[in-house]
Amino acid sequence: MMRTSHTDIAWKPCLARGVRLKYDETRREWLLLAPERVIKADAIAVEILKRCDGTATFAAIVDDLAAQFSAGRARVETDVRALLEELAAKRMVDV
Amino acid sequence: MTASPAKLDSKERGAAPVALLAELTHRCPLGCPYCSNPLALDARAGELDTAEWARVFSQAAQLGVLHAHLSGGEPAARHDLAEIIAHCAKAGLYTNLITSGIGLTQDRIKELADAGLDHAQLSIQDSDAPSADRIAGYKGAFSRKQAVAQWITRVGLPLTVNAVIHQANIGRAGKMVRLAVALGARRVEIAHTQYYGWGLLNRAALMPSRAAADAAIAEVEALKKTYAGVIVIDHVIPDYHARYPKACMGGWAKRGLNVTPSGRALPCHAAETIPDLVFWNVRDRSIEDIWTNSPAFNAFRGTDWMLEPCRSCPRKTIDYGGCRCQALALTGDAREADPVCHLSPHHDKVLKVAVLAAQGEDAGGADAYSYRRMKSREPA
Repeated sequence: MMRTSHTDIAWKPCLARGVRLKYDETRREWLLLAPERVIKADAIAVEILKRCDGTATFAAIVDDLAAQFSAGRARVETDVRALLEELAAKRMVDV
Repeated sequence: MTASPAKLDSKERGAAPVALLAELTHRCPLGCPYCSNPLALDARAGELDTAEWARVFSQAAQLGVLHAHLSGGEPAARHDLAEIIAHCAKAGLYTNLITSGIGLTQDRIKELADAGLDHAQLSIQDSDAPSADRIAGYKGAFSRKQAVAQWITRVGLPLTVNAVIHQANIGRAGKMVRLAVALGARRVEIAHTQYYGWGLLNRAALMPSRAAADAAIAEVEALKKTYAGVIVIDHVIPDYHARYPKACMGGWAKRGLNVTPSGRALPCHAAETIPDLVFWNVRDRSIEDIWTNSPAFNAFRGTDWMLEPCRSCPRKTIDYGGCRCQALALTGDAREADPVCHLSPHHDKVLKVAVLAAQGEDAGGADAYSYRRMKSREPA
């Protein structure tokens, strides 16, 4: 896994231009659309990505998810970081 | 539900297409000798008009298509390109412009971005300017493309650079990846030439030696690690040297469809090389009707059409017997296994071609190209 500066709590993650989170009525599922790519987004990924609006910080997104789903903060942080780093490696999330 | 006319289970029939590749026009200023368009190019007079394309895209989105690939020819040759993009965006489609860059200006790119374009894919022919212009058959193409790439990234559009690899540029495959990085691309496609249509016509002048292909493949694979997180490298390696065939189109009529400038709906861009297939036209039928009922789309859907060795092969739902057009071109029967497969009884025909290339067959390179040109006389 690529290690970057994404652990920075001030990081404000955002889907890269040309990457869209879309609910597809035909398939009845959430999809991440990117150049030549269609990736199914599971329920957890959708909750994370909906919050990546370029204004909320990484730390705030983790806090919000932990509060809303009554989950341990450390666990949530691991999930959020794993997803965003994976997408950053694919150039789908702006660093 | 009404009974379906063909013997397909509902799962195969029911899957919606993911992508529509729209050949908006076959007009193109470049003459690349490996062009994926057919040898018989559609004339301008027969092209679908703006309203017809709009209807096609609306119907496609309704059916479940996600990606609209706006291609050609050179799509910028259409004066209504921005209008078409705006319509796709309104229909919720993800729009990808596949362009040579020729015919685009800074203002035009901004107009397309404002219309809702999601992504642009720009072709390059080589990292060496004189060679690039020679391959394209267009003087000044290389330098023009550098400017176009800058304009695309300047308006904030994500850029993919794509390069087709063959005899004349194979020594610079790695340099082309580096050029794509320098141009600000987020993604680069390095695709070895596929031998259909113009590519097949020019095969002797295009096919590289086995040694050159192996070296280029290793170089590009190594760059995937070098540029992890910087640029995504999509690498299409030559299937003539493979053991198993590629899952062509992800399976016939399974993931996407192609619409020609004059409205013929095809399961893949080379499908018209297969004789006796009946293609329906979007002027007469809806996209849903075509996708579900067109004889051409159902001809090789699923696995019922297969002969041996495919029929009893455990890989039949992995590679779907490979490419139908290649099976036809090399064996004379589109139902045969793609002869790239080592299990095909016709595999020796692929070996023969590959061996000729391995011996360094040189048919004159660029001097021997049959450039892609319109045959019909018409005003540009």
